[in-house]
Amino acid sequence: MPKITMNINGRETSAEVENRTLLSTALREKLHLTGTHIGCDTSQCGACVVHVNGKAVKSCTIFASELDGANIDTIEGQASPDGTLNVIQQAFQDHHGLQCGFCTPGMVMSAAALLKENPKPTEAEVRDYLEGNICRCTGYQGIVNAILAASGQDVPSIAAE
Amino acid sequence: MYDFDLVIPATVAEASTAMKADGAQALGGGQTLLPTMKQRLAAPEVLVRLSELADIVSVNAASGTLSIGGATTHGQVASEGSAYPALAALAGNIGDPAVRNRGTIGGSIANNDPSACYPAGALGSGATIVTNTREIAADDFFVDLFETALEEGEIVTGVNFPIPDAANYQKFDQPASRFALVGVFVAKFGDKVRVAVTGASNGGVFRWSEAEAALSSNFAADAIEGLAVDAGDLITDLHGTAEYRAHLITVLTRRAVQSC
Repeated sequence: MPKITMNINGRETSAEVENRTLLSTALREKLHLTGTHIGCDTSQCGACVVHVNGKAVKSCTIFASELDGANIDTIEGQASPDGTLNVIQQAFQDHHGLQCGFCTPGMVMSAAALLKENPKPTEAEVRDYLEGNICRCTGYQGIVNAILAASGQDVPSIAAE
Repeated sequence: MYDFDLVIPATVAEASTAMKADGAQALGGGQTLLPTMKQRLAAPEVLVRLSELADIVSVNAASGTLSIGGATTHGQVASEGSAYPALAALAGNIGDPAVRNRGTIGGSIANNDPSACYPAGALGSGATIVTNTREIAADDFFVDLFETALEEGEIVTGVNFPIPDAANYQKFDQPASRFALVGVFVAKFGDKVRVAVTGASNGGVFRWSEAEAALSSNFAADAIEGLAVDAGDLITDLHGTAEYRAHLITVLTRRAVQSC
């Protein structure tokens, strides 16, 4: 099996993978980074979004074997090593941006990609950007509020809604 | 999915050689091919990776033409294709952001999905598809459902779009798949108008010549009053009947003209 080396969350990491191994499978089963979730496995739901060379992609729809030498960022790299949540993660907690939490890794990684491209998005831009991330708890309002808050914008408090 | 051999060429020339292998299949961004392989609807023996092939990742505007390299992602066209705003907008509304970061124009055109957006943009613009061996006019390229004029082993290396005086693409989203339930691309070059329709026909993307003739003599939404595409050849599925799609074609054509 081909051996690939990727820089994952700032750390050089190698794994032997079959050509057909998906990045999502390699992360979860070879490297035990199970924060990346596989929801639909058909590139619809976005639970598996990670960043490849700085761009958000669906890790269930790319082969790990294509990615020798790539930089990968996953949900595990978002918090500080001491466990302190980053701004986006903290905002998700503060604004009830998750219920069951299954979609959250993908939501956070998509939000991070959005805020890198567009540091002060409007609510419409946030909703548009999350087109490929599905939450089945129907928690979108909290998610949108969390992302707006993470971008430093005022959002209505829960009580006021 | 079944396993395969993976070739990662450094140049188009290397890719062309690799594509000569038995059972070889080009891999663009994989946003359609991977789901197809997971379902075992495709089982290529050799995948030749074209994405990120530096020779064919580019967006250049010069002398009235927007030239896009075959391995250029939709996201890059959306952000760098401002010389042809209608096309950049089309690219920026394919799938979702993560899909647009992987999916490529060459992959989309070569697949010729009957509901894809790029075939409408290419046919509506009268684009030229450039391959590793020749150039093909869009009018000759899109042959039938998932069928193009590409020969075995031929690679789409670029697409050259003449930039029209005015153009607009109207996409009626199928919200689950994010493909076009129906999409209409209208482009005006002087007094010549092209109208390309995707998402509607059992034969894939097509030009609505009656509307083109009417709009060429009078470029106004009312010019297509009373015209309709025959529902006989159109797609019926759980999302809409052929008659519904025929109706959408007229509505979206009017909106596209109004938005030009």
